[in-house]
Amino acid sequence: MAPELGNFALILALCIALVQSSLPLIGAARGDAAWIALARRAAQAEFLFIALAFGCLTYAFVTNDFSVKYVAEHSNTQLPLAYRVAAVWGGHEGSLLLWTLMLGLWMFAVTIFSRSLPRAMVARVLSVMGMIAVGFLLFMLLTSNPFDRLLPAAANGRDLNPLLQDPGMVFHPPMLYMGYVGFSVAFAFSMAALIDGRLDATWARWSRPWTTVAWSVLTLGIALGSGWSYYVLGWGGWWFWDPVENASFMPWLIGTALVHSLAVTEKRGAFRSWTVFLAILAFSLSLLGTFLVRSGVLTSVHAFATDPKRGIFILAFLTVVVGSSFTLFAWRTSKVGLGGRFALVSRESMLLTNNALLLVAAGAVLLGTLYPLALDALGLGKLSVGPPYFEAVFVPLMAPALFLMGVGPIARWKQASLPELTVRLRWALAASFAAAIIVPLAMGRWSAMIGFGIFLAIWIIAASLVSFRTQLAGAVTGRIGARLAQLPGSYYGMLLAHIGVAVFIVGVTLVKGYEAETDVRMDVGDTAHLHGYTFRFAGINHVDGPNYTADRGTIEVTRGTEPVVTLHPEKRLFTVQNMPMTEAAIDAGFTRHLYVALGDALSPTSWVVRIYHKPFVGWIWGGCLLMGIGGLVAAFDRRYRVRARSYSAQAAVAAGLSPSPAN
Amino acid sequence: MLRARFLIPAVVFAALVALLAIGLTLDPREVPSPLINKPAPAFNLPQLDRPENTISQKDMLGKVWMLNVWASWCVSCREEHATVLALARTGVLPVIGLNYKDERADGLAWLARLGNPYQTSAFDHDGRVGIDYGVYGVPETYIIDKAGVIRYKRIGAVTPEVVRDKILPLVKELNGNA
Repeated sequence: MAPELGNFALILALCIALVQSSLPLIGAARGDAAWIALARRAAQAEFLFIALAFGCLTYAFVTNDFSVKYVAEHSNTQLPLAYRVAAVWGGHEGSLLLWTLMLGLWMFAVTIFSRSLPRAMVARVLSVMGMIAVGFLLFMLLTSNPFDRLLPAAANGRDLNPLLQDPGMVFHPPMLYMGYVGFSVAFAFSMAALIDGRLDATWARWSRPWTTVAWSVLTLGIALGSGWSYYVLGWGGWWFWDPVENASFMPWLIGTALVHSLAVTEKRGAFRSWTVFLAILAFSLSLLGTFLVRSGVLTSVHAFATDPKRGIFILAFLTVVVGSSFTLFAWRTSKVGLGGRFALVSRESMLLTNNALLLVAAGAVLLGTLYPLALDALGLGKLSVGPPYFEAVFVPLMAPALFLMGVGPIARWKQASLPELTVRLRWALAASFAAAIIVPLAMGRWSAMIGFGIFLAIWIIAASLVSFRTQLAGAVTGRIGARLAQLPGSYYGMLLAHIGVAVFIVGVTLVKGYEAETDVRMDVGDTAHLHGYTFRFAGINHVDGPNYTADRGTIEVTRGTEPVVTLHPEKRLFTVQNMPMTEAAIDAGFTRHLYVALGDALSPTSWVVRIYHKPFVGWIWGGCLLMGIGGLVAAFDRRYRVRARSYSAQAAVAAGLSPSPAN
Repeated sequence: MLRARFLIPAVVFAALVALLAIGLTLDPREVPSPLINKPAPAFNLPQLDRPENTISQKDMLGKVWMLNVWASWCVSCREEHATVLALARTGVLPVIGLNYKDERADGLAWLARLGNPYQTSAFDHDGRVGIDYGVYGVPETYIIDKAGVIRYKRIGAVTPEVVRDKILPLVKELNGNA
């Protein structure tokens, strides 16, 4: 019963989406208030039905309804409840439903938080989002319905891929999709502005908080995915340049550019067509990522089971959405003026340079991702492009961008003076050079790459401090607390995010430079040594989990005579799919991780054990967390709400009404 | 008025779509198997239904035959089952199953319920033979010629299109040439 209800809810959502994507748009063009008002109600109803469908699928998983094909393929009665819920997005159909649910959620949020914006604008925005919803609901209903029945019902399910049976996997996809899909709001705002023909600072101010939230969530989502691969794959790697990782990374790069470009458009009125272009591009790359993951054109560890019909559908959808938005872009932005002028040395030009670098970096990642496909299409053979390419291209592109990150916040808008900047940043520069020499030597070995990484990280932090001091001095005099409170939330958000980048660089540089590993054969009682730590293999015993059996090692770690920690790496065998999994044990310290993974059993008491010492690896995710939090702090800056309110007050006055109490 | 430079994104995108459209017609998983045109790896396994008898690839010498890797725990095998059953019923070629990492009782129950297309199934309980054949996942299908050489490998479910476009022409060719 529930599956039919869910299916029905999806069909209803599609019908509503069709209404939502057409009538309010026409209403906004004609100034028909009733049709404009339809947008908000329709969007809310649509979200409700998508949520209902999602609930029905979750219910089918929780109650082990194996007459639903999707449930039979991704669940099992032995699967613990939390993973049965997470299994809802463990495959193609369900993750598509999650995608659509996130779209519905963003639409719903727009209906709630945009009450103060002009009605016609909101109607257009919701209309554009409705069109995207039409595409995804059609896609689901035509090619990938999660509610398809399996008759006769399977006695038991095939189980969720054991790789996905991990707490990280419970949260990673929803976060990632929320970020991905969040760019649809910025996209819809841009489309609405293009349709309206008014690209001005107000449009940038409205889309800014939405874009920043989406960017922050995407940052956290990518970080979660990376953390998951770090401890589940058992190799201690945290980024593989896999096509699917790239698919989420490209929108992130463009999203980063967009966040900064929007700031310029809002504050200076410059970069208008460029900002619109980035907004379209960020969402297009999200769609492209969806295509790459689900069409089967590329091989990846993540790729879903494929079906040519699906690939054709998404490609057609991608063509319609991206093609029409770029056409609209070409048509409308020709008329947009350039906005505020600025000199060669100014904050604008630095942000523009960084934007260009981020765009080129995203292009390089796209090239590397699609290169195997292009060669194959030209009949030139099959190959894989791996980390060597990406690292060789990415690092040189990012280095100047990271350097400018330090200067940008200090440079003046419109026109800055290079000598003055040099004077203000001379101590930051000196500190960075000193750190670049001292830190690697203190860690034991100096190399140019490590020195360079440390230089950039300290440069960003030191320059941020200089900027902070200047801002404080510029604030109205008063006690320090009052001055701190004067600075806007968006400024603190920026500082946090920039320092997050620096922390991230420290992590990447030090773990790449100084990680140590050893693969040893260990009998019970044997010891191994790595980086001053002694690892004693104390024993192995058999444990049973809910749906797996495991060999659980006990490894006592000591340093000198001091006990440090006892680690329990596991080798699990998931019984349903008969699939072995490595569960690494990690002692996560602030300045290093000790990472132990069991390899193969050579005899019941003798195992291959992989041991890693990873200095500062935790800083990689710590940095991402700071970036994400920084973004959220900036997005919830009071100013946006205050200005939005005053706008609605002005609009009300203009319409001859008395200002109503702000909501 | 339309200025040309604003059209650049649309043009670049059009080129990308063309590339992706070609990409859709290709299969990145179709990594040419190193086993193609090599002798089929040797095996000698108990039969699923008659444990006292064995089956070996040598028993099939002189015939063009199909080896289909399956398991009762494999959902995609269920998907392809009707197709394999239909192919076996035409009698174009003998179909031998390789029951991979399965329990004997489960495998037999599965065949009893859904129908048995196989002349017999080799019972590969520990999956050792599957490793020799480079099985990535179940189902996989091999066409082996009269001299015992693998001529075709299919990863994933056999569909009616695969039977029509790949398997039947190949079998015809292999039988005709001898």
